[in-house]
Amino acid sequence: MASNSSGSDSSDRQRIAQQRLSVIAGHLQRPVEGNSGILAAECKAQGDKLDVSSERRTVPRRRQEIMKWNGWGYSDSKFLYNKKGQAEFTGKRYRLSGMIIPGLREWMESTFGANLQHKTPAAPILNSSVVQPPTLNEAFLKELKSTGIPFSHDAEDRVFRSHGHCLHEIFALREGKIGRVPDLVVWPNCHNDVVKIVELACKHNVCLIPYGGGTSVSSALECPPEETRSIVSLDTSQMNRILWIDEKNLTAHVEAGIVGQDLERLLNESGYCTGHEPDSMEFSSLGGWVATRASGMKKNIYGNIEDLVVHIKMVTPRGVIEKSCQGPRMSTGPDVHHFIMGSEGTLGVVTEVTMKIRPMPEYQKYGSVVFPNFEMGVACLREVARQRCAPASIRLMDNEQFKFGHALKPQVSSIFTSFLDGLKKFYITKFKGFDPNRLCVATLLFEGDREKVLQHEKQVYDIAAKFGGLAAGEDNGQRGYMLTFVIAYLRDLGMDYYVIGESFETSMPWDRVLDICRNVKARIVRECKDKGVQFPPLSTCRVTQTYDAGACVYFYFAFNYRGLSDPVHVYEQVEHAAREEILANGGSLSHHHGVGKLRKEWMRETISSVGMGMLKSVKDYVDPNNIFGNRNLL
Amino acid sequence: MTSTCKDSGTASLKDDEEFTDILEERRRTTDLGYALRTFNPQPYKGAPTLSTSDLNKAVLESQYLCFIIKEIAMETGSSVEKVKEDASVILKEMSHNLQLGFIRLMGYTLNKVFKRLYRSIYVNMEGLNMLKQAIQESPVILIPNHRSYVDFLIISYILFTYDIPVPVIAAGIRLADVTIIGGILRRSGAFYIRRAIGSDKLYWAVLLEYVQTIVRTGYAPLEFYVEGFRSRTLKSLVPKLGMMDMVLEPYFKGEVFDITLVPISISYDRVLEESLLALELLGVPRPQESITGLFKASGVLQDDYGCMHVNFGRPLSARQLCEGKINWSEYNLIPRNLPQRPTAETQDCVNWLAHLIVRTQEEGSLISPWSLVACLLLQTPFTTLTEEGLQWHQLTEKTLWLRKLVLDFGARLNWPAHIPDSEVMSSTVALHHSIVHHKEDRIYLVQGEDSARQDPLSPEEGVMRMAVVVLMLVSYRNQALHVFVRPGILAIAIHITKSTRKDELFNFFCFLRDVFSDEFIFIPGRAAQDFEEACSLLQKCGAVHTSQQEVTVLETGLEVLSFLQKLLQPFLDSYQLMFRYLCEKEDHVFTEEQFLPDVRNLATKLIHSGDLHTFEVLSSDMQKNVLSALRRLEAVTKLRASQQKEYKVNKAAVSRTGDILSGKVPLESLHTTPDARLQCQVE
Repeated sequence: MASNSSGSDSSDRQRIAQQRLSVIAGHLQRPVEGNSGILAAECKAQGDKLDVSSERRTVPRRRQEIMKWNGWGYSDSKFLYNKKGQAEFTGKRYRLSGMIIPGLREWMESTFGANLQHKTPAAPILNSSVVQPPTLNEAFLKELKSTGIPFSHDAEDRVFRSHGHCLHEIFALREGKIGRVPDLVVWPNCHNDVVKIVELACKHNVCLIPYGGGTSVSSALECPPEETRSIVSLDTSQMNRILWIDEKNLTAHVEAGIVGQDLERLLNESGYCTGHEPDSMEFSSLGGWVATRASGMKKNIYGNIEDLVVHIKMVTPRGVIEKSCQGPRMSTGPDVHHFIMGSEGTLGVVTEVTMKIRPMPEYQKYGSVVFPNFEMGVACLREVARQRCAPASIRLMDNEQFKFGHALKPQVSSIFTSFLDGLKKFYITKFKGFDPNRLCVATLLFEGDREKVLQHEKQVYDIAAKFGGLAAGEDNGQRGYMLTFVIAYLRDLGMDYYVIGESFETSMPWDRVLDICRNVKARIVRECKDKGVQFPPLSTCRVTQTYDAGACVYFYFAFNYRGLSDPVHVYEQVEHAAREEILANGGSLSHHHGVGKLRKEWMRETISSVGMGMLKSVKDYVDPNNIFGNRNLL
Repeated sequence: MTSTCKDSGTASLKDDEEFTDILEERRRTTDLGYALRTFNPQPYKGAPTLSTSDLNKAVLESQYLCFIIKEIAMETGSSVEKVKEDASVILKEMSHNLQLGFIRLMGYTLNKVFKRLYRSIYVNMEGLNMLKQAIQESPVILIPNHRSYVDFLIISYILFTYDIPVPVIAAGIRLADVTIIGGILRRSGAFYIRRAIGSDKLYWAVLLEYVQTIVRTGYAPLEFYVEGFRSRTLKSLVPKLGMMDMVLEPYFKGEVFDITLVPISISYDRVLEESLLALELLGVPRPQESITGLFKASGVLQDDYGCMHVNFGRPLSARQLCEGKINWSEYNLIPRNLPQRPTAETQDCVNWLAHLIVRTQEEGSLISPWSLVACLLLQTPFTTLTEEGLQWHQLTEKTLWLRKLVLDFGARLNWPAHIPDSEVMSSTVALHHSIVHHKEDRIYLVQGEDSARQDPLSPEEGVMRMAVVVLMLVSYRNQALHVFVRPGILAIAIHITKSTRKDELFNFFCFLRDVFSDEFIFIPGRAAQDFEEACSLLQKCGAVHTSQQEVTVLETGLEVLSFLQKLLQPFLDSYQLMFRYLCEKEDHVFTEEQFLPDVRNLATKLIHSGDLHTFEVLSSDMQKNVLSALRRLEAVTKLRASQQKEYKVNKAAVSRTGDILSGKVPLESLHTTPDARLQCQVE
């Protein structure tokens, strides 16, 4: 296959970035008078020189201006079936935006038994009257006002910060059901604001729940129902400046509220990147990554968050914790950063982070390989990991997901393209004898200087060939990665038609990858049957990361819930069983989503009682009054 | 078309199950046509198409075996190549060589044989259909009972007939050495396992990997006998755990999502080897294992063996059964390919599961009218049977009474509904002409073949001759024993303790259950359920009344209770005799080689003098069970150092056990079952 140059691709990216900027700028131009709940008072940023972001921030205080209140992402972007019954993705933000996806309907109908006649529409607007009135701590509020830090107790603002994106959370919102929500939202503008807020919270015994990008899938943002104190959501989204870039050491000092897309865009403008690209990077924040031990798609080149972080500043009820220097590695007892990373908001608020940056890659190239079956694909990934030659990203989708990816192909304009597609299919299934119901595909992303990328590419394709892999073009690769960004939007479409689902992840040693994939998928199917699900579920997985000693696997699981009285409960039971299956087969509790409240029950068996005691004693010392009372993790 | 035999007239079969006579159609078509039929079964969905040589290669190249080979090479100082060579020799000796052509040959031959031997072979089609389904979903383990050489290939024969993948079968190595037959069986799917592997590490490793590769890949259904051997007594044997362990491990390690276990119960109206079995139990050295020899020797092919029933049990999911019983994390910290000893918890679970399978086989087996007759004949004084004869109408009456009782106890009875009872009786007696004969309305025991012989028999010879016939009768009684064991043991507890208190009875029930756990199959950890079952069955047939605290005997129940007591009395008497022998011995140390003939001699004398009324003590099976029971009760210990099987006896403990058993000494302390935590949640 002829390889596209990266030129068109990066110009594409720039176009999208420009579009985003103009949309955002439009939002920012709106008058602020309407926001009665908000007291505007900007805090002077320390690094004015490099503060290039304040006018171009993606996330406004009032998230409702650009985002859905009961679904994923931007209000203007969603899948829907148009009048002709064809699937379409609205808006202008994504490559898929404005396109018709002809195969999606048939896929949904055949995979789930879904039907366009059977709709389950969501409640259109948030009814503020169902939101319980805030329990305010008047003394706290009074002192907060005097600091000039903006805050709000508007119902919409509070509801937005009461949830992440677990299925049960979104399902309840779509039905217009609102549980316990924070009583107050505050928007600190800088580290010092956070110090003041935490001090006041300690003084007045108020419960603080840090809020970054709101993309949690572990029930981490849910307000504990047993919490009687006033709950204050500390939204870091306005702390979103790059304070400085150090080109000698290749580090950047960044406020923790910045979301991934802004961080990359702003660094790109200076010719740099962090390379940290979790699937949620459009919305998730730097602080959130640190607090959950996030992992990015391109970790093979850039590393996971723990490899990227050089210095962390966190405000705790005991005071501020940070290291005295920025040495790249230290032998100074257990690394205190590791108390912070993965603490999930139980110890304090991460306010500023120094992280590594890299010059932007000169060249990027997608690719894909088709394997006759999943077993061969896994064997190939293992060999790639053994030779330590994994590209920036390498992912292996199973057969069901391959078909899913296929269903998301946008309408092709030229007969030539469709002819080519037909030819490819013929070549793979007839000439090479691949069984269309068993073959699977690996998607690849190479990055670096052109020559090395091409060399690297050859090495990987050579390995793949040994495992029966056939190069299947850049298009398939790119579409695979696109899927990651739109899949959350797709869930909303499914929920319009009785289909609910979610993804979850785990990590395991190489020798268990196949077993876990097989057993977990089988368990999901069996549990669905046992729990009375009327239609066969979608139960599919992909290997998303490779390590020296193991891999990370993602499962997607969805089903048509027509005929069930309590679909969310059934969903939760099946997911619970699937997690039990993962653990029984030697998989981990989580690779990067974190524990939150959703997976707390397995923490003790995961890290042993002594391990729990260690974490508990840190919590007891740092936060004896449980000010950071989201009750995650422990 | 096939005809169905529906025995629902007497409600003898549960759930209205239908058995189909598979020979019916065979009698109407040619054997050759049958053998050459299209065979295109639906295999396990994930199964790769492996040839036998691929399978063997995969085994030899497996990480596990390579690891062990290296380890052995290190330990013994020989080269890896040498050890690998040894491994491949072992594998060659072991591995099957399943070929469709030989399956067809087998089909052809068995057609001829079965049609001659049996009137009908009944198979439950529903079970077969469930199996067909199950085979596509997960690796399947077929676990039949083993009562006759004839059933070695019966499962393969049935599966071939119904287009289901034929199994590979674990067989004893001795079968491999039988000329021609050994090879044919190998090509029909048999693989051979040595007996007494002991500590041969390499052999274990090859076997383990071989069996597990078959299971993991879903290569073919795997068939093995969980009882380990052909039961010489026709009574279920305490399961052996080795194969069960191996077969289940891929599931415990998560290498397969689930494993389906299919218990299969094979029941015979009349067993081909009946007299050979009895001789073997009496210690008459058996001829070299040879099927041709067997056929030739007794001219068996001319005789009528009634019907055979093959009952395919409901497929059991190992996953469902083991839920909550296995701690998976033990497998998480050790690489899969390394050998790992299962924890006590896992071993308990496998043991429990193996017992459950045997119990399920028992429940699935069909009891023939002859088994009922055998129970009754054994309760008749031997002099009556040998001299004046038992009155025909008396036997018929009693048998019909017993028929009601077994049905009350929920057994599957194979009593034809559409034939008058008297005819059923005479045909069953006629079928067993080798044991009894019917003359002038009286029933007599057949005594020896050469009655023409003139010289008087020595007392010992007389006893032995009688013993052969009695032990044959005993084995048919044994086919029905599992139905009566639980209520029977309760009946004995009632009789010995003379108590009506439930807790006392339960304690004694547990004691008996413990002493006789080599004789009868009790699922570990289910003492309380067994006791409840016994109470409720006795209540159901009107023998006792049970309340929260009490079990009281009813006047109307005396007949049942006395029948049950007498049924089990031979076990009590035999155990007591052997206890007495051990206590009266001068020495504290004895060998098995010495124990068996000594006991036999003592018993022969006592039987001859009329002081002992059972021949069962002469059975080597029971003698071994006693030793094993005493070892379990720690009254006898095996001496480690000795080459021969040497034991040391604790006479006080043995005599105490005997005294409790006879009711001389009360059972004090509350008896707790050792593995009560393994409570059964199934059904």
